[in-house]
Amino acid sequence: MPYYESVFIVRQDVPATQVEALATQFADIIRKDGGTVAKTEQWGLRTLAYRIKKNRKGHYVLFNIDAPPAAIDEMERNMRLHEDVLRFLTVRVEELESGPSAMMRRDERGDGERGHDRGDRPHRAPRRNAAPIEEGAST
Amino acid sequence: MSMPHSSSSSQSGAPRRSGGGGGGRGYFGRRKTCPFSSPGSPKIDYKDVRLLTRFISERGKIVPSRITAVSAKKQRLLTQAIKRARFLALLPYANERAGA
Repeated sequence: MPYYESVFIVRQDVPATQVEALATQFADIIRKDGGTVAKTEQWGLRTLAYRIKKNRKGHYVLFNIDAPPAAIDEMERNMRLHEDVLRFLTVRVEELESGPSAMMRRDERGDGERGHDRGDRPHRAPRRNAAPIEEGAST
Repeated sequence: MSMPHSSSSSQSGAPRRSGGGGGGRGYFGRRKTCPFSSPGSPKIDYKDVRLLTRFISERGKIVPSRITAVSAKKQRLLTQAIKRARFLALLPYANERAGA
């Protein structure tokens, strides 16, 4: 059976316990159709980069799934119907990650949501500007 | 004369992090290498927000590979990953306030 990664975002004013219940509910759909959920990861309440349906934050949940396509269809159909689910993305992957995903590793390093707009360096932009200015000065 | 000068100014920015960065290629100054192609380099993953932010501008636009020295193949994967991250609101489509 093919492997999938599925991330879905739940509305911000849903309590965390209910998010977990929702996650098990979707996982049960996968299991019922003959698939397995290899891993469930709760990313917790994260700030969204932009507003979705008036929400500024959302609960993120990640599934690593090994299931037939029909099960994925059924899970996505249920996500689409559920009003607390703001968005979901299911991606087919060659193999499932075994350890915690990049998101969890990042959280362990203990930086909040705020820092993620900029890296610790101001990227390439200054450097790109620097070159033309120099040329202009020399001519 | 201007060649070494411009290359030294470029050192402030880009690929210092790439492992064997200083490995000089002689007369050519520093050759930038793809940050994803060497062994042990990070995997391109839409979930790795911290990694992806290095390849978007403050505005939120994807930085062209001629600046970041990402290979064409990896740039395609990177673009796909950034777009997935945007869809999941992990990255912005456009960053208004950073324009100032």
